[in-house]
Parts: sequence; C-alpha cells; structure tokens
Amino acid sequence: MIQIKHVDKWYGPNFQALKDCTTSVLKGEVVVVCGPSGSGKSTLIKCVNALEPIQGGEIILDGIRVNDPKTDLPKLRSRVGMVFQHFELFPHLRIVDNLCLAQEKVLGRKHDDAVAKGMKLLERVGLTEHAKKYPAELSGGQQQRVAIARALAMDPIAMLFDEPTSALDPEMISEVLDVMVDLAREGMTMMVVTHEMGFANKVADRVIFMDRGEIVEDAKKADFFGKPRSDRAQKFLSKILSH
Amino acid sequence: MNYNWNWHIFLEPNPMGTGTYLDLLLAGLVLTIKTALLAWIIALIFGSVIGVLRTLPSRAASWIGFCWVEFFRNMPLLVQLFLWFFVLPELLPKAAGLWLKQLPNAPFWTAAIGVGLFMSARVAVQLQAGISSLPRGQRQAATALGLTTFQTYRYVLLPMAFRIILPPLTSEFLNTIKNTAVAITIGLIELTGQARSMQEFSFQVFEAFTAATVLYLLLNFIVVTAMRWLERYVAIPGYISGK
Amino acid sequence: MLGSFDFDVIRRSLPYLFFEGMRFTLTLTALAAVGGLVFGTLIALMRLSGYRLLGRVAGFYVDFMRSLPLVLVIFWFYFLVPYIGQWLTGASRPITVGAFASSLITFIMFEAAYFSEIMRAGIQSISKGQPAAASALGLTYGQSMRYVVLPQAFRNMLPVLLTQTIVLFQDTSLVYVLSIPDFLGAASKVAQRDGRLVEMYLFAALVYFTISCVASYCVRRLQARIAIVR
Repeated sequence: MIQIKHVDKWYGPNFQALKDCTTSVLKGEVVVVCGPSGSGKSTLIKCVNALEPIQGGEIILDGIRVNDPKTDLPKLRSRVGMVFQHFELFPHLRIVDNLCLAQEKVLGRKHDDAVAKGMKLLERVGLTEHAKKYPAELSGGQQQRVAIARALAMDPIAMLFDEPTSALDPEMISEVLDVMVDLAREGMTMMVVTHEMGFANKVADRVIFMDRGEIVEDAKKADFFGKPRSDRAQKFLSKILSH
Repeated sequence: MNYNWNWHIFLEPNPMGTGTYLDLLLAGLVLTIKTALLAWIIALIFGSVIGVLRTLPSRAASWIGFCWVEFFRNMPLLVQLFLWFFVLPELLPKAAGLWLKQLPNAPFWTAAIGVGLFMSARVAVQLQAGISSLPRGQRQAATALGLTTFQTYRYVLLPMAFRIILPPLTSEFLNTIKNTAVAITIGLIELTGQARSMQEFSFQVFEAFTAATVLYLLLNFIVVTAMRWLERYVAIPGYISGK
Repeated sequence: MLGSFDFDVIRRSLPYLFFEGMRFTLTLTALAAVGGLVFGTLIALMRLSGYRLLGRVAGFYVDFMRSLPLVLVIFWFYFLVPYIGQWLTGASRPITVGAFASSLITFIMFEAAYFSEIMRAGIQSISKGQPAAASALGLTYGQSMRYVVLPQAFRNMLPVLLTQTIVLFQDTSLVYVLSIPDFLGAASKVAQRDGRLVEMYLFAALVYFTISCVASYCVRRLQARIAIVR
C-alpha cells in the first residue's frame, strides 16, 4: 500500500531531516513509528502524502508515485486520511461542516449525502449531539475524534496519524486511542507516529524506530518489544516505559 | 481671543448659489464618503490578491507582492496622487493621455483609485500577517484532505484570516476616509475642501473647521459602530482570537 | 516621446530642492519625531497612570486626533496657533507664526497621538513583574518608569517607532497645502515655474521612494538584530 524507498529530505542545505529511509506498509497493516523528538518521524509521515517534498528516493502510494510532478496530488491526498497533533479542525466551521467541506469540494458529493455520511461517522465516534457546535466549544479529545471522523468521511484507503494524542490532556488520551484501536481492528491500513507503546502493543503489526533522520529499527511488534537490536532503541524504550 | 464667532453662518446662503453653507459642507461629506467607499473597494480587492500572493510558496508570487507593497508604501500619498493626476496622462500615448485629461470628474476617479491603490498595500500587509498567524497545520490539514491551493484559501485560510484582521481593517478603512482629504491637492472638493472654501468665502475659519471636524468624528463613530457589529456577527462561538 | 521632456531642469534645481526643500523636510521630520515621542510618552503614561480623569483626557485626545485627516489638522493649527499665541502672550492681536513653527507644532501634536499608542503597547508588553520588582527594590513609581519600564518599552518598540517616523517623513509632504517649500513644495514650485510637472514629480517620487526604501530596509535589519539579542 505504502512504499518508501531510499527517501532523503533536506531542510535547507545544512540539515538533513531524513536519511535513506526505506520501509513499507502493507494493506491492512498497522505500523507504529516512534523515536525521540526531532528524529524525523513526523517528517516521514508528512512525506507520504507529499505535505513535505522529498529530495531523493521515491514514495509509492497504492501504485502511484507521490513525488512525480505529473501526479494529481489533491486527488491522491483525498484518498489518504491524516490526523494531526493539534487536530486542525477549521475553527470557523461547525463540526458537521468540517466533515462536509472536503467531501463536497474534493469528492463532489451532494450536500445531503455529505451530511448523512458525516453524521454516521460522528455517531461512530460518539459525538452526534455536537454536530452543530464549533470546534472551540469541544474538548481536545472530542476535537481529535472529530478530526478522525473528518478523515474517514473521505473513505480513505489508508490513515496517517501524526502524534494524535500528544497535545491532549492525559484523561482524554484513551477516548482517542479507543477509536484508533477499533479502526485498526476493522482492518484499516494505518501509519501512526506515537509514543503510546500501549497502543503499539495492542494493535501494531510492526514498529519502526527512528533516530536522527534514520530508520534504526523496523521489526515485527513481538521482536521489537522482545529484543530490540539497537542500543538506541533499547535506551528509548527504557526511558518511556520506566514510568 | 478677539475672534468674531458666528454660528449662524451655516444657515446663510453660500456664494455658489447651491443653498446654505451647511449644504456645501454636506455635499463635501457625501463626496468624501463616495470617494472613500470606492477607494476601499479597490483597496480590498487588490490588497487581498497581493496579501495572498505574499503567502504563496512560489518565490515569484511573493516577490511580486513584495514589490507592490514597497512601491505603494514608500511614497507619500500626495506624490502618488500627483503621479496619477499630472504625470500619467503625459506618459501615455497622446490619445489616451488626452482622454484621461478630459475625463469628467478626473479628481474623483484619480483620488479613489490613487487612495485605493495606496491603501491596498496596507490591506495586503494586514492580510499577510493574518494568514501567517494561522497555525501551519491548518494549511496542511486542508491540503491533506485534498483541497487545492485555491480551495484551501477560499474555504479554510481566508475566512479565518479576515476574521482575525477585522479590527486592524477597521482602522485601515478609517485611514482610507481620512486619506481622501489629501485629494484636496488635486482639486477634489470633499469635506475638508468644502470647509476650506467656506473659510475662504466667509472668513469664519473656526466654524468651518469645527463643522468639518464634527462630521469626521460622526463618520468615524458610525464606521466603528458598524464594524463592531460586524465583528460580533462573524464571531465564532468559543473561539478567542489571538490573545 | 521622452524627447519632449527636459530632465536637465532637475540638475539645475538640485541645490534649491535639497538645500532648501529637503532640509526643511528632514528638520521637520526629526524635530516632530522627537517632540511627538516626548509628548506621546507623556500621553501614554497618562493613559496608564490609573487616574481615571487623566486617562480619560489622554484617551480622548488620542482618539480625537486619530479621527481627523492630517490635512484638516494642518489647517486647524495653521489658523489656530496665532490665536493661541496671542492668548499665551497676552498680545493685542493674533501673533504671526512662521510656516516652519506652525508645521512643527502641528506635526508634534498630531504624531504624539500615534506615538502614544505605540508607547502604550510597548509599556504594556513589559511583564507586570518588572515594575513589581522595581518597587520591591524601593524605587518610586517615577523611578521605576524612568529606569526600568520605559527603557525596555522604548527598546522593544524602536522598530515600530522608526517605521512611524518614516510615515511621518512622507506625511510632512502635506504641508504642501500651506504652500510651504518643503521638498515636494520646492519641486512643485520649480515644476510650475518651468512647466516641467512630469520631470519634477517623477524625480520627487523617486527621491521619496529611495529614502523610504533605504530607511525601511535599515529598520528591518535592526528588527532582526533586536530579535536575536532578545
């Protein structure tokens, strides 16, 4: 589904954010990407739908080369859902309109159909009664659930999560993770940047560990938690699991 | 102060034979409003385009925007009006120049367009600041949903940016009204111009200027009140801007 | 087509344009900026003083000035200052005030309203802890303003103050309405005397543009440096 081959990314001439990154995500697979801050994990996931351009290598999404100038990026992006650290709901639109905007403007769905689809997904994330509210009237956890619903409304073939819980207060993390776990169990292809090792343990197929722009470890979940091969991964794990 | 106040002067007939001196001032007020409104429309249209250009990733676009803003910001408005009024017709091909010079109401059109373009640079700067103040993730979220750049601006960035810059836009609109007075130098007899001619005809200088002052204050008050109402009307529940 | 223009008129009038016109413009700009800053700071302090009446008066002054077109204010002071002078000196007739003095008073009073808003924002940008720390050290209100708050506010606001001064530099061209030979006035005089409007106004535009561009470039550089130091 997602193939990442020898990807290099530079910010300016002096800082290489990604160094020769190669990995892939199969259909229905859940891959968790972790690593210390500044390790390039968010950058990597943003390269998958070309929010960040890459300077070397290639990324292939469902058979289409992302970094090909001829690729219709808006169309490609509309098929991949993305959830952001800071939710990024559109503050001037009601919840239901947040869910409908791209359905109508990108997929060309009729308003009524878009609303019906949106309401179905709101029900799924348990927020039906908030449809008429504005984002700022919801808690962080609720906003993030709306953001997931917004992405799902596009009927994505895969979902990208960029630290979906790290801007949340602790008591709201589980309500978001629950939605994600359900999604994973339904067979959604997911690439998740997160520090939530509990989530990784529960549903991930593979875990990728990144450090300083490199993929240091790319292993089956059991192998990763059982016996990570690199020192850096071991150190990282002991740090975040020690609490 | 040995000055002969005569507040009845307003009700005396003016030497133009167009009614009283008060009628003269009110005609000036109407012309001020007309010029300011047309100038403001021009400023909003060009300012929005240039403001957006400056926030596009394209180097060329932001360079064009930069040049526009620098050109109109670094010359006194008075000099700009002289350029449009005295210089431009001479630099054009003969026929076009002649047509411009014989245009009825030339001072009005020159003032509206000149002030409008002058203010467009300021509107552009405000809009650019407004767009840049939005979280970067907003643009990314819209892009990730598959919206095109145009749609991203139309449905996501601009609705928020304009809400944020509504207070500074109010003062720019007030500046537009005030700046129309500069057009007195190219023969536009707007409110300040009428006060000045009333002073010249009647020698009641302080009455004339007091009346003009009161009318400007009134105009300010109306605009501020209207804009406050507009701010409340477009306010988003739960959203606290900037602070 | 440009053949019918005579750009030599610029060269011939250069001494007049710069030694008379530009000197007037620059002196007026500099003195009005300093005066406006002093009065503006006083007005800002009045507004933030906590004395209701004082704050109201200052606030009214600022709002009033900012509601009026500069052209109208220039006319106001031009006619009013002789009477105020008469009232102050007790003379029997309105005193004669020179073009420069009249313009200077106008611009100081007008710019004070704008500078005061900048200084107010600057003072408010200083964290409440600073004056608190100053008074904890035993400084009086005046001392804490003079030695602690104002220097910081001034420093933070320096780029904005300078930008406003560039606006002021451009605005001084409006003394044209009083037929005073500032730079633009001088250019206009030559233009009308020799019938060379196009040449003179283009040249005037170029000079204003160059000076403003260079000045605002310097302000941007300064801003970047301040940002680093902070």
